[in-house]
Amino acid sequence: MIWPHNVALSVLTLFLIALPFLYAARKPAHDLMRSLGKLADGPLRLAARWLLSAAAQMQERNKSVLLAHGEEEVGQNLAREFERVAALVKRDLEGYPALQRKLLDEITRVEEDYRKCGEVPPPAPDWVEALAAITRIKSNGNEMLQRILEQISSSVNEIHEKALAEYRRAYENRHKILDGFMPFWRSLGDNLAQADRKMTGLHERAAAIDAQMEKFEQIVAATDKAEHALTLSALTQFIVATLVMVIAAGGALINFKLIALPMSEMVGAGDYLTNTLRTSEVAALVIIFVEATMGLFLMETLRITHLFPRISSMGERMRKRMMWVAFVLLVTLAGIEAALALMRDMLIQDKQALLQSLAATQQAAAAEGWVSHIPTAGQMVLGFILPFALAFVAIPLESFMASARTVGGAALVILIRTTAFVLRAAGNVLRQASRALIVAYDIVIGVPLLIERWVRASRSTRSEDAPHREAPRAIEPVLEAGEQP
Amino acid sequence: MKRRTFVAVSALLAAPFVAGCADQRSHAHAVYLLVDTSGTYAEEIDKAQLIVNYLLGTLQSGDSLAVARVRSRSFSEKDIIAKATFDGRPSQANAQKRVLRDQVAQFTKMARGSTYTDITGGLIQGAMFLNETRAGRKTILIFSDMQEDLDKQTIRNFPIDLKDIRVVAVNVVKLKTDNVDPRRYLGRLDDWQKRVRDAGASEWHVINDIEHLDALLKG
Repeated sequence: MIWPHNVALSVLTLFLIALPFLYAARKPAHDLMRSLGKLADGPLRLAARWLLSAAAQMQERNKSVLLAHGEEEVGQNLAREFERVAALVKRDLEGYPALQRKLLDEITRVEEDYRKCGEVPPPAPDWVEALAAITRIKSNGNEMLQRILEQISSSVNEIHEKALAEYRRAYENRHKILDGFMPFWRSLGDNLAQADRKMTGLHERAAAIDAQMEKFEQIVAATDKAEHALTLSALTQFIVATLVMVIAAGGALINFKLIALPMSEMVGAGDYLTNTLRTSEVAALVIIFVEATMGLFLMETLRITHLFPRISSMGERMRKRMMWVAFVLLVTLAGIEAALALMRDMLIQDKQALLQSLAATQQAAAAEGWVSHIPTAGQMVLGFILPFALAFVAIPLESFMASARTVGGAALVILIRTTAFVLRAAGNVLRQASRALIVAYDIVIGVPLLIERWVRASRSTRSEDAPHREAPRAIEPVLEAGEQP
Repeated sequence: MKRRTFVAVSALLAAPFVAGCADQRSHAHAVYLLVDTSGTYAEEIDKAQLIVNYLLGTLQSGDSLAVARVRSRSFSEKDIIAKATFDGRPSQANAQKRVLRDQVAQFTKMARGSTYTDITGGLIQGAMFLNETRAGRKTILIFSDMQEDLDKQTIRNFPIDLKDIRVVAVNVVKLKTDNVDPRRYLGRLDDWQKRVRDAGASEWHVINDIEHLDALLKG
């Protein structure tokens, strides 16, 4: 400081001393600031471009993986639909010859019965007309003729009654036949309705296959719509699987609490693996993980999940053996857990009894009877059920693994793009800052610049008077030629 | 056959690694309770039972507890009334605690006052016991008025070793003379603090309210 007690004056004096030097160094200072701006902007711009290119490549790769995965999934769905249709066709069409035979038999029978219904009683014999001619003969009081006619009349009446009775009997039979029709008609109707239902089921399956085929075609054509749909589906799967796994983790935590204390009875409570982690707690965790693994293998061998290709491609006999081994181990571990849960209850009761005996005050006696056994029973049941519940974690785990690739890939692309944007923006900011600094520099040395301008202006006035003189040089622009603002 | 060999070799290779992962430091807590039975302080012995009960409720499997009396000469194993290192199995540990509780209860009923008070001898004995346990945390609780009174033949004026041991004076009651001149009481405690610190003790505390013991032992 020139004047230590007057800082402002000191600074002003120093500034005034530095001003001519600053004016003299204007050009190199501008170059330096411009270069620094470019130096910072160039690599950032390059890095942003590289990141964007990497993001594009990654997106392309994600798309191909997503489409391949979707193709496989939809292909499997299609295969399953075809299997269902095949089963439907096999089940229904297998019965079709019998149904057809039954229908034909019923139709034949109905036709026969119908034909029988059509049979009318035989018409009156030809002699009826001869008889009618005889009846027209006039007796004229001839007794013999009268008697003959009476006999003919009685015979005709008798025959008429017989014919009438025959006619009635025939109609009665036809009515009976028509009555017999009814069950066949009903059966026919039922059979036709059944056939219709089956055909409708087949039709619905065919519609589902059509939808799947359309999806499959879109995936094969690698359309944006298919990609979008698959990404959305993966995101939904990811969220649902995560949610289910969080719930399962809660179950595992309860499971851990159930068996951690009694495990200390097996492996001791005084050993530590880390500063705070007891060996008994690790042992309890190991048991839970083994249960989850057994559940995983069980699901794999049941072909519900497909996390291990080796298990999927295993022979049928070996697969079944492995399934039984996993199941037996799971049941055994569940049994052990139930026993540990019981032991936990006993240990807690023992500890409570000890603490009560150590306490100075007399504690109220716990309620005896079957009610007091409910928590114990509940713990045992929970200890037995939870391993099986944990076994089902394999299903959301598979979904999680499958969808995590897509979701993670998409998130990474977004992250890379954001980084690229930030780098690009930072580069721009630095470049603009260098320009701002150049302007600020000129503002600082404003007074000498004004003098320079004034001198130039006066020179240019003189040059107008003397046109052969050299034209005045303009003040250097802030931006160089070709540089974009 | 090759596969079996591979599995066996993997298990053998993994075993030392897993064993190496184990935390070798001791997490056990060993407590040595010195109970003063001399003079008028013998009247306070019922409170000692409360402290023992509290310790039994607090200490875990693997921890150790010893209860010893302070008599005219306390540097002797015979002065240890009851001791136990609690089993790793909680059920066994509970059984040990019950036995220890009964032993201390019997002692409090039968205890007789001694003529002199040898706290230093008890401290040396306690330090030896605690070091033998190899526990990670070692605490000596002195249930006394901290007024040492030795006969002429007993020699205790030499440096003692209480390295890495926490020493807590519990229920340090004021004597009649302390009431006349409190500086005697404070001076007595300061002398003990200096002596214990010089002996290499990690901490020195005075707790007159037994309820404050909880926070200290858990800390």
